[in-house]
Amino acid sequence: MSAGDRFEPVIGLEVHAELLTASKIFCGCSASFGAPPNQHTCPVCLGMPGVLPVLNRRVVEFAIRAGLAIRCAIAPRSRWARKNYFYPDLAKGYQISQYELPICVGGHLDIVVDGVAKRVRLTRIHMEEDTGKNIHDAHGSESLVDFNRCGVPLLEIVSEPDLASPAEAGAYLRTLRTLVRYLEICDGNMEEGSFRCDANVSVRARGTTALGVKVEVKNMNSFRAVEKAIAYEIARHARVLEEGGTIVQETRLWDADREETRPMRSKESAHDYRYFPDPDLPPLVVSEALVAEVRRAMPELPDARRTRFVAALKLPEYDAEVLTSRRDLADYFEAVVAAHPNAKAVSNWVMGDVLRLLKERKLDDALTITDWPVAAAHLGELIALIDEGAISGKIAKTVFEEMGTSGGTPRAIVAARGLTQVSDEGPIVAAIDQVLAAHPDKVAEFRAGKDKLLGFFVGQVMKATAGKANPPLVNRLLTEKLRGE
Amino acid sequence: MTAAFDQPTITDAARRLRAGELSATELTRAALARAAARAADLHAFITVAEEAALRDAAASDARLRAGKPAGALEGIPIAIKDVIATAGIRTTAGSRILADFVPPYDATVTARLRAAGAVIVGKTNCDEFAMGSSNENSAFGPARNPWDVTRVPGGSSGGSAVAVAASLALGSLGTDTGGSIRLPASYCGVVGMKPTYGRVSRYGVIAYASSLDQVGPFARDVTDCALLLGVLAGHDARDSTSVERAVPDYGDALAGGAKGLRIAIPGEYFVEGMEPDVERAVQSAVETLGGLGAQIGSVSLPHTEYAVSAYYVVATAEASSNLARYDGVRYGSRVDGDGTLLEMYRRTRAAGFGDEVKRRIMLGTYALSAGYYDAYYLKAQRVRTLILNDFARVFQDADVIVTPTAPTTAFRLGEKVADPLQMYLSDIFTISVNLAGLPAISLPCGIDAAGLPIGLQIIGPPFGEELVLRAARAYEAATDWHTRRPPAPGGSR
Amino acid sequence: MKISRDEIRHVALLARLALDPAEEEAMTATLDAILTYMEKLGALDTSAVEPTAHMLELPAAWREDRVTNVSDTDALLANAPARDGDFFRVPKIIE
Repeated sequence: MSAGDRFEPVIGLEVHAELLTASKIFCGCSASFGAPPNQHTCPVCLGMPGVLPVLNRRVVEFAIRAGLAIRCAIAPRSRWARKNYFYPDLAKGYQISQYELPICVGGHLDIVVDGVAKRVRLTRIHMEEDTGKNIHDAHGSESLVDFNRCGVPLLEIVSEPDLASPAEAGAYLRTLRTLVRYLEICDGNMEEGSFRCDANVSVRARGTTALGVKVEVKNMNSFRAVEKAIAYEIARHARVLEEGGTIVQETRLWDADREETRPMRSKESAHDYRYFPDPDLPPLVVSEALVAEVRRAMPELPDARRTRFVAALKLPEYDAEVLTSRRDLADYFEAVVAAHPNAKAVSNWVMGDVLRLLKERKLDDALTITDWPVAAAHLGELIALIDEGAISGKIAKTVFEEMGTSGGTPRAIVAARGLTQVSDEGPIVAAIDQVLAAHPDKVAEFRAGKDKLLGFFVGQVMKATAGKANPPLVNRLLTEKLRGE
Repeated sequence: MTAAFDQPTITDAARRLRAGELSATELTRAALARAAARAADLHAFITVAEEAALRDAAASDARLRAGKPAGALEGIPIAIKDVIATAGIRTTAGSRILADFVPPYDATVTARLRAAGAVIVGKTNCDEFAMGSSNENSAFGPARNPWDVTRVPGGSSGGSAVAVAASLALGSLGTDTGGSIRLPASYCGVVGMKPTYGRVSRYGVIAYASSLDQVGPFARDVTDCALLLGVLAGHDARDSTSVERAVPDYGDALAGGAKGLRIAIPGEYFVEGMEPDVERAVQSAVETLGGLGAQIGSVSLPHTEYAVSAYYVVATAEASSNLARYDGVRYGSRVDGDGTLLEMYRRTRAAGFGDEVKRRIMLGTYALSAGYYDAYYLKAQRVRTLILNDFARVFQDADVIVTPTAPTTAFRLGEKVADPLQMYLSDIFTISVNLAGLPAISLPCGIDAAGLPIGLQIIGPPFGEELVLRAARAYEAATDWHTRRPPAPGGSR
Repeated sequence: MKISRDEIRHVALLARLALDPAEEEAMTATLDAILTYMEKLGALDTSAVEPTAHMLELPAAWREDRVTNVSDTDALLANAPARDGDFFRVPKIIE
């Protein structure tokens, strides 16, 4: 029996999702990413003496939105607390967070791993402010601090320790990211740190129920890293326990280069956060009216959208599943359908060429479809050209490639390059005559009964017409000519 | 210079400024000259903003000449406690750690003073981060009591009380977390008022204990106090604990008289160890009010004896968190130590804070730490509820509560420095009011055998500032204690 | 004793205050006296009393989600004890 069989992993995840608000949680500074250092700061987010926080209403709305989607109980009264610790990126020496009374309690998220559905329970969702960023110079003796991110609103979404494998953890994270994107509350970008995950990992002997000593793992900036770090920790725990050792409760950092975890070096690990109610912010009262208002403005969630795609657009289940797996993809699909209402044809293009193009351009994580290389309206026009018989499916592929490069409209590209399908008999008959005249031996073979040479002749005619000839017409005229003479 | 010119009330000066009998520049120059003359013996100011004050005064004069005064305080020299942020004027909180800090923002109360036309003459001395009852905890050296410079002015807003008592300004701002306006008002023989929690914005007021801090005015008399309160009070969108509630005309409240006022006298505020002169003066004040037609009744506030303990847990817990921002990173002084981050923090804070501030940070950190939170912090919050309930019960049948402001008059410099607990007990009559968030005033009601002023405290129900001012003005109008002035410079008793 | 020298050291570390031995000793004695005075709180039965953390039952105080601040990095960094361009500079942070 291997260690992996004898021990059962117990995993809980804490996700920090940066909210897509215009301004910070407690001041009027911009919450956007990428400004020069300390540009998005003011006395409030720099924690200057005497200044006070004022809550951004949208943060509460977003928290409620997440809570409703995850089926949490929304607390009619929650409370702000101070989490006290010293760190250079924490301006006030405390973080305003929620502790005893968070805004959302309970709830669950359904995930699918290898075709098996599983329900993961949530502990809570609470609101808090993000910290600034410390920039560590690998060689120098000093660090630099930028407070642009300090005060950007976060939701901390805490799961129960219901996850039993790295794959489940990965599926949970992907499902949660799809959800926050659907909810339009977070862009879900792990690389830029707007969607961050810490994992609490422990193992226990199979068949037992008591939880083992848990280790918190941080510093993972991709789904892959989360899965690898958890797998590493599970193996490490099992090995230590197999060898009769004990697991130390600690925080470990994932080292992506060395693919291992290591304990944090700082002495800061002995924390006593001394949480207490923040006297600067009154208890947060959420009225039923506010919850109802948020519910009314709730964006359509993946399940509902999938059902609608099948019912209203007559898409196969599979297509609906793939298209709704990403908020941006589903949005794009619908925008194309709006331009040209042939849902199945649009689905084929989006699931095929569009996804391939995104992958080639490494745009998998781009949130807004307006940034995509082929505008939805243009793709609709392209499919319309096929349906009208103006171009062939094959020509359409060429046009699509050019649309992706030049950004031009399909009609313009077709016109500029003279790609309009030829459906007049005259030029096609001329091309056929030319082909037949050039291959008298093949014509003889065909007439002697070698039917499969028809494909050869079609290919030659298409080539002679630069692919523009209407293929069914070519077929009919060729057959007439070959059999008729 | 006549005495009237030298020491006008705000009300008096405002009238004469508008009549063109006096200029803001003259008034400001006179205040600055007195501040300079008394700098050595009273040390009321940490920073005198002479240049800015004269510039503001000139602007006031221009507006007055044009017949367009900005507001109720046009041209009036006002001093501001140095825990209140003033854009472009150094704001130290009486601490080494902020000795060179110049805020790029105004506190809301500062902005309100400016908008009303006030001339800000300087920043007054105070206990470091408003922690103290004597002003001896100022990193810049103590302010002294103008009635006797060997005595403390009271704290923490000592400099603001001294500035008004010695006419270095016509009015001033202080902050009151456990009595820091009322105690120095009492010791210095001026009027000082702590408004209801939430009545005045705390934005830009360097926090000591956020659930207790409140800004309020010092003035020569109750009329001026009402005028200043009217300028300060009101909702501020930048302070989530400030209340959206109309600000009444406090001047209108003054004329109500004492007749029909129901005045409660709590037995717990007449304790053993009280100075007999204080007790006599307060009893006499109560009789005066009774003579004016007020109904006097005895009541009990049974949890009073727990107030000091509850206060020092709640206030220090909040302070330990509020003062964490002074870490040598973004502003303030810094000591690098051995080059590690931890040592930078420890050395910066050890060098930047004085003993009392360290003591309170330690006490508050302890009260919030794992294992002690329930026994101290949570317990104190529960006791706070009991104290709130005591007051609520009394106010069911009373309009105001009258007590002494402090058990004694001003004590000598150095007398209580070695015994922090004795110092804390100076605030036993003022602290409950902060725990309950109530409005209260201290006004002069006598002079003791040593020639030192005695303060009368009048406490109102939440947002009962008008009742407090009405009772105070009725008493003041029937007596002349508020007209007594400290002796000339150099005097001591 | 309500508080030991070791606890004082621990609390001083949490509060990031360097205390020399004499200060530690004085701090222990003073806090012990204050905590002893505070023992009277323990005598009060508050089991049925809710704690008061906030003075007032206030309605929601919030702002709309709008960017209202104009950045003025220079003014905000003017008080910095150590800076590097528009960054604040601190001793090296070890994670």
